[in-house]
Amino acid sequence: MAAALAARAAGVEDVLLLERDQHLGGILNQCIHPGFGLHHFKAELTGPEYADRFAGLVKADPGIEVSLRSFAVKLTKDKELSYLRPGALEEIKARSVILATGCRERTREMIPIPGSRPAGIYPAGLAQKMVNMEGWIPGREAVIVGSGDIGLIMARRMALEGVTVKAVIEIQKVSRGLVRNVVQCLEDFGIPLYLQHRVSMIHGRDRVEKVSVVKVDDELKDVPGSGFTLACDTVLVSVGLIPENELLEMAGGEIDRKTNTPVAPEVNLTSIPGIFACGNACKVYDLADWVTRDSELAGKMAAEYLGKAPEK
Amino acid sequence: MKRRMTCIECPKGCQLEIEADGARLISMSGHECNRGNLYAKQEIEAPVRTLTTSVLTRGLELKMLPVRSSRPIPKEKLFAAMDAVKLITVTSPVKAGAVIAPDFLGLGVDLVACRGLGKA
Repeated sequence: MAAALAARAAGVEDVLLLERDQHLGGILNQCIHPGFGLHHFKAELTGPEYADRFAGLVKADPGIEVSLRSFAVKLTKDKELSYLRPGALEEIKARSVILATGCRERTREMIPIPGSRPAGIYPAGLAQKMVNMEGWIPGREAVIVGSGDIGLIMARRMALEGVTVKAVIEIQKVSRGLVRNVVQCLEDFGIPLYLQHRVSMIHGRDRVEKVSVVKVDDELKDVPGSGFTLACDTVLVSVGLIPENELLEMAGGEIDRKTNTPVAPEVNLTSIPGIFACGNACKVYDLADWVTRDSELAGKMAAEYLGKAPEK
Repeated sequence: MKRRMTCIECPKGCQLEIEADGARLISMSGHECNRGNLYAKQEIEAPVRTLTTSVLTRGLELKMLPVRSSRPIPKEKLFAAMDAVKLITVTSPVKAGAVIAPDFLGLGVDLVACRGLGKA
């Protein structure tokens, strides 16, 4: 939305905004905690409030056509884009494309946690959607793997909903999340954070029953004799995000295999002139405000590519 | 008594060095802006947090409506507030910022909608 608005402000006449969900705002809609907008709006907002402010601006702009429940299925290097919307397959040709496709979560299968495959193991972001948007509580006693911001925020969210959060397990020496989240999400609720520990096994036949935890040394090797178990029925996995750049890949854009981000000399660019990638699809950000700032730049860059004079 | 705390007002997370006598702040250092000052004072006197959660809806376009307390509430009231939130069901369309529960739990703060929701 920020890129669309910035492109309009820079003189682009006709913008089509495709959204696969039934509402604008993407992941912000499930991020119901406060902490958004301190930089951009100079006010502390929740995710839905932050999204709502942009959605209002987008809807008020007659030069932006919003197409909801629209799923982009194909992109070529000549910027021909196919997308599915209810009842139709649309094919259009754009002069410039901005990919703001965000990330997907790394799953339990992508990190080595041995054990059985019982019910009760969720990526933390999925659990966030279940709790905040669908009203389902995934379990009663939870262990969280990974101490990134999503893991920390879900620890607090689950605790507030009455779930006993037994521990957050982090293999590194420090939390990957913001310090304020360690304080207000864990310390406030007395949730232990085990740094330099890893989950070595998930137990349970039909449902998670417990996890084995072991301390690791500086080389990430298990410390013998340090193991213990935690009984739980739920494991939330918060171990990182993967930028979604399959459309760019389809169009022949160069992708860094390690990070799944576009290979480009500077932010928002891709190897294909006129195709831009912004937000978490470009690189994983820690603050939505910085996504907005850089996405506005992406909108301007697209406008410049289309021959609109840059702002004085 | 001297102690350390982390300011949670913004993502910067300043490390504060606090000297306090019970609930009275004597001196502090480490904060980069005035919000840190206010936070430390409040945190020593009576810690408060903004409550954000979702309430059930019926007949609206989403199953849950995200809500927040209009101002921070005492930290020890968070769980009582969550219990009260579970009793609420929103059945008519709301605009962003609409008051869902006025003077929530008698705390002098309102529970407000974080987004608009129309009929299903």
